Amino acid sequence: MKFLINPNRFIKFSDLVFKPLICLSAIFLLIGIVFAFFLSPNDYQQGATVRIMYIHVPAAWIAVLTFLIMTLYSIIGLAFKINFSFIINSAIAPIGAIFTLICIVTGSLWGKPMWGTWWVWDARLTSVAILFLLYLIIIFLKNSITNINVSEKITAVLIIVGSINLPIIKFSVDWWNTLHQPASISKLSSPSIDPSMLRPLVIMTIALMLLAIVIGIIRIKAEILKRKLR
Amino acid sequence: MSLRFQRLLLIFLSLIFLTASIFLILFNSKKNLIFFYTPSELLNSKTQINDTIRIGGIVKKDSLKNIEDNKYVFIIHDNNNYVRVSYTGILPDLFREEQGVVVQGKLIKIDNIKAERVFAKHDENYMPTSIKKQLEKNKYWNKSYQ
Repeated sequence: MKFLINPNRFIKFSDLVFKPLICLSAIFLLIGIVFAFFLSPNDYQQGATVRIMYIHVPAAWIAVLTFLIMTLYSIIGLAFKINFSFIINSAIAPIGAIFTLICIVTGSLWGKPMWGTWWVWDARLTSVAILFLLYLIIIFLKNSITNINVSEKITAVLIIVGSINLPIIKFSVDWWNTLHQPASISKLSSPSIDPSMLRPLVIMTIALMLLAIVIGIIRIKAEILKRKLR
Repeated sequence: MSLRFQRLLLIFLSLIFLTASIFLILFNSKKNLIFFYTPSELLNSKTQINDTIRIGGIVKKDSLKNIEDNKYVFIIHDNNNYVRVSYTGILPDLFREEQGVVVQGKLIKIDNIKAERVFAKHDENYMPTSIKKQLEKNKYWNKSYQ
């Protein structure tokens, strides 16, 4: 597992897995799209609008997971002085930002016909909006301070502080009355989602996660090379 | 204790204190954070007549009446208490009797609200159309699915 904290090992390892990952993500994305559009049924209430879920939910999970990864890397980066973790942070922050944006946009496209509104300030939607703002601040903060050693550390501190938002996002639907529905899959009893709809959701989640990893590898490698040139 | 573990400890301690403070703030301002009151919560709250609030609950069966074009009255309840709603406008797609709904508007009486906006609330159950038909045919259709 040394490749997770050592740039040279990371490049070696990523060269090894890069092509298989691209193939896998392409295959899963293709199967996922076929399932999402053609091989899954309409919902008994939402009709075909339920298909927005197959992109909305994976995007939300990836947005939160990316921030979690950045938090872990910030902690070990600050505590153990591992510079590679700051490279990863600045490489994957835009990925998380884009997936948060996808989540928000698809969510409001679903909300307009179903709830009757694009946006409400309930706890879940607000906390995700804060997550998006945090991503933007992280991206801009890194570029606004010229001394890279200082900016990396300030960004890492901000990421650790911002990580408090993650449990709030996750449990906002349980702690407070929200318009957003509570979790269907990660609840303690059996999932309240039919297997025929769970299948495209799982496939699309794997596909989009693989895609995020592929983009992440490209961006991390570019960041490593950029710093070597400096 | 080595320097790196001191740093790690410092990070974790500050994270714990930050989390504690944020959660204290959040749970003490619970009243302002909830998106809507249920009818029972409304009775216990300090809401005044003429306040603009949001109330959420289930639309009572057979209570929806269309008085004239785009003018509706209905009752929302939470099994214990109920609130009458009057609304002028277009109802969202998912609006149905015995379904969750959130209304936003001015409280006229303690159990009567003049809604300006109506949001349909979707629950966490997803089910294909065909299965619903089958369940209904076999009399297995449970109202709690809705």
